[in-house]
Amino acid sequence: MLGKLDWSAIPFDQPIPLIAGAVVLVAILAVLGWVVVKGHLPYLWHEWITSVDHKRIGVMYILLASVMLLRGGSDAIMMRVQQAIAYQSQGYLPPEHYNQIFSAHGTIMIFFVAMPFVIGLMNLVVPLQLGVRDVAFPTLNSVGFWLTATGALLVNLSLVIGEFARTGWLAFPPLSELSYSPGVGVDYYAWSLQISGVGTLVAGINLVTTVLKLRTKGMNYLRMPMFCWTTLASNLLIVAAFPILTATLAMLLLDRYLGFHFFTNEAGGNVMMFMNLIWAWGHPEVYILVLPAFGIYSEVVSTFSGKALFGYRSMVLATMAICVISFMVWLHHFFTMGAGPDVNAIFGIASMVIAVPTGVKIYNWLFTMYGGRIRFTTPMLWSVGFMVTFIIGGLTGVLVAVPPADFMLHNSMFLVAHFHNVIIGGVLFGAFAGFEYWFPKAFGFRLDERWGKIGFWFTFLGFYVTFMPLYIAGMLGMTRRMQHYDVAAWRPWMIIAAFGMALLSIGVLSQVMQVVVSIRNRESLRDRTGDPWDGRSLEWATSSPPPVFNFAFSPDVRGEDAYWDLKAHAKQQLLESPEPEYRDIEMPRNSPTGFVCAFFATIMGFSLIWHIWWLVIVGGIGAFATFVVFAWRDHDEYVIPAAEVARVDRINREERRNLVSMAGAV
Amino acid sequence: MSMTATVGRAHADPHHIGRAAEHEGPAPKRIVTAYGFWIFLLSDIVMFSCFFAAYAVLSGQTAGGPKGSEIFDQKNVAIETVCLLLSSFTCGMASIAADVRNRLWFYLSMAVTCALGLIFLSIEFREFADLVARGYGPSRSAFLTAFFSLVGCHGLHVSAGVLWLLTMMAQVFAKGFRADILRRMMCFALFWHALDIIWVAVFSVVYLLGSGA
Repeated sequence: MLGKLDWSAIPFDQPIPLIAGAVVLVAILAVLGWVVVKGHLPYLWHEWITSVDHKRIGVMYILLASVMLLRGGSDAIMMRVQQAIAYQSQGYLPPEHYNQIFSAHGTIMIFFVAMPFVIGLMNLVVPLQLGVRDVAFPTLNSVGFWLTATGALLVNLSLVIGEFARTGWLAFPPLSELSYSPGVGVDYYAWSLQISGVGTLVAGINLVTTVLKLRTKGMNYLRMPMFCWTTLASNLLIVAAFPILTATLAMLLLDRYLGFHFFTNEAGGNVMMFMNLIWAWGHPEVYILVLPAFGIYSEVVSTFSGKALFGYRSMVLATMAICVISFMVWLHHFFTMGAGPDVNAIFGIASMVIAVPTGVKIYNWLFTMYGGRIRFTTPMLWSVGFMVTFIIGGLTGVLVAVPPADFMLHNSMFLVAHFHNVIIGGVLFGAFAGFEYWFPKAFGFRLDERWGKIGFWFTFLGFYVTFMPLYIAGMLGMTRRMQHYDVAAWRPWMIIAAFGMALLSIGVLSQVMQVVVSIRNRESLRDRTGDPWDGRSLEWATSSPPPVFNFAFSPDVRGEDAYWDLKAHAKQQLLESPEPEYRDIEMPRNSPTGFVCAFFATIMGFSLIWHIWWLVIVGGIGAFATFVVFAWRDHDEYVIPAAEVARVDRINREERRNLVSMAGAV
Repeated sequence: MSMTATVGRAHADPHHIGRAAEHEGPAPKRIVTAYGFWIFLLSDIVMFSCFFAAYAVLSGQTAGGPKGSEIFDQKNVAIETVCLLLSSFTCGMASIAADVRNRLWFYLSMAVTCALGLIFLSIEFREFADLVARGYGPSRSAFLTAFFSLVGCHGLHVSAGVLWLLTMMAQVFAKGFRADILRRMMCFALFWHALDIIWVAVFSVVYLLGSGA
């Protein structure tokens, strides 16, 4: 009846996950109780859960990423503490628990923090920058988000019911095969990534179509803001790379569930095929994450330098070059596995070549700042901090791309330091910069600068204190994923790294504090103009937060930096565009399809993990029924009357008139 | 100034690159839907290419089990191929019938497409069942693993296509040739034709090359 599921699945003998699970459960129940008692449930259902508005979905993505960042961060703290005290002792974590923690940390940080964070920002901003009303497929967008949430839920369920993979975040066979990992850990891993991977693919298709087919009038390719370009590149990579992950995990699952022999040791299975397939996805994945961050830096640096982006066209070229080259370097993840010197040399050179367009980008940002009127706001601090940090990470990357050096450094703490260097210094700093930069657009008030800067400095310094010692430990020969060790020379560096982790945690807490303080002071931080930073692209042309239809009329773009030119024009001429003729606007209707899909996907995922076959069938029938019901609806749009559009837009225009007249007075 | 707000003119396009074709704004819904679905199909083809790659790597790994030439029945495969290619033709007929709003021809062509799809599936199912009965199931060797997965994955897609086909017929029956239904019909047709393209690759890589070896 319940497959493999029984009371032994709950780890009563392990206090840490049980207590953590209980605390989270109590917190969730408290929030749910508060929501129900206060009567917010209908509001949440109608305005958020069933919303197909790209801005709301973007915000929910970022919320999911933030919550999961705390979970993944807790795992990180546990690991740093373990390695600080596990010198000639077992530490406080038993090996099988420690192995689950590092696997969960990697999986969560990549799939459920970095991915939803950048997809959320792209969702929130790109339609606004393109001057359009929504993404190409709004309901599908909601489905994509909720499937991602399903994946995150399954990973967290594994904390209390059953176990998570002990295989590392990519579940290499044969360790992940049934004979070596007989528990449900790898199944949790594979099904949560399969389900959230579908969500990611859907988001990718949606954003590619949006950028290529929905731009407003006059928004030629070479007038698009840089963030739209990097979004395009990143989502092209998603569409090309995520199906590889789907296929690879499907093969692993077939091996585990039906006794197939893709990656087994016996009957002709080929383990190296898994390495090739998983990294053919995995290396582009790095650029899927970092390209949107590059776009964010471009927007932030240009806005806060008060200059157009230097070398816009070379930036576009560099972006697309990275997009293509990122598919040609995957083999550098297994230089040491006997591919031979010729293959290694080719892939080593390809890996180094990718530093060229990246270097182009760095110089372009520097020259954008050169001679500019720089304002060191929090998003700008994250961007400058990124440039310094990412260069260090990039240089160590080129070092590891040299095959002979890689033979010394692979699987060492040096490698751990390198990829944290680029992922934190590249993706996470970018996500934070974007968060600070676009928060006023999403919510209508700015974030508190003082707490933001405190958060930046603690995170920045904490990052260096945590990860620079890991480079040294790697040079001293320490390998990754060690539960305990006996080498005295490593110990001081592990203790420093643990101290750095404390600084990092203060940084994260300061950012939580920043949001709390900002919400409390939201009246004094209110952004009435819709353009708090004196921005350059179209998202600042509408009010903050934007109305559901984004723009009362479709903007007609005549050059780069569309909104900046409009403002410059208005200041020179001391006039503004006359009121347009308002028309009715058709917007997509809200739909529970995404939530219902995710509901059945959760049931199916959970029952597949535990081999509860009848429930799998129930979930499958439910999913098909949802599909038919969705296909059967007659009205998928509603009309916002012209009078309402005019009323909303006139308020916005009034605020802007004040802005322009104030600027004229100065 | 025109009634639509004009944005940005201070340094408009110094190299006159954008002048040749001024972007006209968002594409119509039909184009957007078809375009998005094409991108999905391309991603699906990437997924298939992984199974093709796995087959290429593992096709020699028979682990003492049968080789391809020992188990492939070329007559079966020929009938399968004819069914699928014909179904692509009838699917095209259904698209034309939908375009000219002819219900009778639409139902007829869709029904024939469905029947051909089901014949294809039943032949494939029989082939699989036969192999399993002879002890040559997917867990026998890595070659058979890759064979069953690649061909089975295509078969799964055809099955999903048949379900979708029936849903489309029901939709046209209940709602007529509405614009959104026609868009879905277009996507279905793209999907069905793409399955054909993949089958041509399966046919060549698995059965033709395999029978010769």
